[in-house]
Amino acid sequence: MAGTSTYQPKSGFAKWFEARLPIVGLVHSSFVVYPTPRNLNYWWTFGAILSVMLGVQIITGVVLAMHYTPHATLAMGSVEHIMRDVNYGWLLRYLHANGASMFFVAVYVHILRGMYYGSYKEPREVLWILGVIIFLLMMATAFMGYVLPWGQMSFWGATVITNLFSAIPLVGESITTWLWGGFAIDNPTLNRFFSLHYLLPFMIAGVVILHIWALHVSGQNNPTGIDIKSKDDTVPFTPHATIKDSFGIICFFIFFAWFVFFLPNYLGHPDNYIPADPLKTPAHIVPEWYFLPFYAILRAIPSKLGGVIAMFSSIAILIFIPWLDTSRVRSATYRPLYRQFFWIFVATGIGLGYLGSQPPEGIYVIAGRILTFYYFAHFLLVMPLIGILERPKSVPSSITEAVLAKTRSGHGAAESKA
Amino acid sequence: MTPGLPRAIGSKGSDLASTDSAHRAEPTRRDFLYIATGAAAAVGAVAVAWPLIDQMNPDAAALALATTDVDISTVAPGASVTVKWRGKPVFIRNRTPEEIEAAKAVPLADLPDQNSRNENAPTATADDSNRAAAGKENWLIMVGICTHLGCVPLGQHGPFGGWFCPCHGSAYDTAGRIRQGPAPENLHVPKYEFVSDTQIRIG
Ligand code: HEM
Ligand code: FES
Repeated sequence: MAGTSTYQPKSGFAKWFEARLPIVGLVHSSFVVYPTPRNLNYWWTFGAILSVMLGVQIITGVVLAMHYTPHATLAMGSVEHIMRDVNYGWLLRYLHANGASMFFVAVYVHILRGMYYGSYKEPREVLWILGVIIFLLMMATAFMGYVLPWGQMSFWGATVITNLFSAIPLVGESITTWLWGGFAIDNPTLNRFFSLHYLLPFMIAGVVILHIWALHVSGQNNPTGIDIKSKDDTVPFTPHATIKDSFGIICFFIFFAWFVFFLPNYLGHPDNYIPADPLKTPAHIVPEWYFLPFYAILRAIPSKLGGVIAMFSSIAILIFIPWLDTSRVRSATYRPLYRQFFWIFVATGIGLGYLGSQPPEGIYVIAGRILTFYYFAHFLLVMPLIGILERPKSVPSSITEAVLAKTRSGHGAAESKA
Repeated sequence: MTPGLPRAIGSKGSDLASTDSAHRAEPTRRDFLYIATGAAAAVGAVAVAWPLIDQMNPDAAALALATTDVDISTVAPGASVTVKWRGKPVFIRNRTPEEIEAAKAVPLADLPDQNSRNENAPTATADDSNRAAAGKENWLIMVGICTHLGCVPLGQHGPFGGWFCPCHGSAYDTAGRIRQGPAPENLHVPKYEFVSDTQIRIG
């Protein structure tokens, strides 16, 4: 934790430098001797996976930008040029396009991990809210990135999403005109989206630093949800967490590589290889898979403004869950009732994702409404009420006790070590 | 700046201490100067921010493309053309007598949006006569953008025989008025005029 640095510079230069900029000591105290709970499981490796994926997106993105042209008549040609002519261009683009999807896979796991183990609860509220801000910035970045190839889905996705702002009473139209730089989506829109797509990942990196700072102030949560009570409850970050995170990252990279090399277009939409045509909307437009649940919520409400409000609320509500959850116990491991509702919530999210991909007709609309209702009910009814009604199981008195009990009962030995 | 900095901080600190009692009595000249400086800085910040914001609005070149002329002599009854005006599709339809009939038969009370949404008749009701071209009721000229979230509806589709938006299922009738689905408004009629019998100018 901050201020507990035990770093002792050895060489003369290191001493000289540390006295002027104690950055090595900062890294040492944050990532080497930093005390991590000894019982972290693999769900805790997703933070490291996300950091690495941000790096992957920035590196592949910066090199793609060396070959990409942000112009309405040239963009798609330049993307095809990357795919066919640029050395390893196909690899860089597939890494970047699938990397965005992997980034969202990891962030959803990471968010759900937090919801399961109560990581948003006191004293980690600010840490949690910073996470929600990162999630919003990621969505904005991915949305603008998807516009860049200037295919039919790029164009019409951008049209639908920017038009969300036209639902705002009185100023809505001025806002959309301002966003577009014209009276419809056109070259000025593409040009500014490229500029912002380049900028936002660096803003994400900035918020990630705040996120990790806040983490190191409050300390990591852990599968028991109990606070660290003694030195026995922790192990040093290096080598324990470093190695475990690296192993998680490697497994995740195998999954990522499987998409890049064997299914590079599986998560994309074929219509995005058709050049943008402002006069013709594709018969069935869908956003990227990671936006589908929110898209389903947008369509579930039979009013323009209502749908837009519901969609934005479905994300904004995450900010409030530290206060909506009334339970005194953090981890769902000791919350038999909440645990079931947690999985119902996960199923609702997946269900909404499926409905978002279907045409807005008949049974899909009705199902979409039911699941939208339940999505909000989970936060506004289930979370506050269960915290009051549920009788949690007895919580072990320390992390060490929980770990030893698990080891004695003969399973989970591997899980409990690091 | 550097040599002056410690002195400035020092003098500010001592000033605060010495004016502390005066503060409670009545505002000093220094209070006035602080507030005036702060206000000037705020105005300055806004003045600097505005160009940064306004640069994103449509530029002079985009505004210059304000009108488009279209020759409609080849558009037979029952046919339509789509032209581009300010980057947006504009539908020009030569309606059949049946379509006109159907549009006229709808009572105003059945319409979710009773405003004409016609820039040539801004305050009028959404009766067919206020939607179609004045005195040429077979001509219907509209911006081809769904008033929900901006997709281009398909012509002569959907339950009302007018336009149907594939994105989220909004249905418009043969006068381009919203009848069903999430779109809040009728398709917009842009400003246009007949330059001659076969030529219109949009914008
Ligand atoms: C948060 C990190 C990022 C995410 C989630 C992200 C996401 C995306 C997505 C989804 C696409 C569309 C891919 C396609 O279907 O073709 C894209 C394209 C692109 N991105 Fe990023 N991106 C990120 C960071 C960056 C950075 C830092 C740059 C640096 C300039 C960049 C440059 C580009 C370029 C040039 C394209 C167009 C080429 C293409 O379409 O493959 N991206 N991005
Ligand atoms: S854009 Fe037409 S119904 Fe949504």
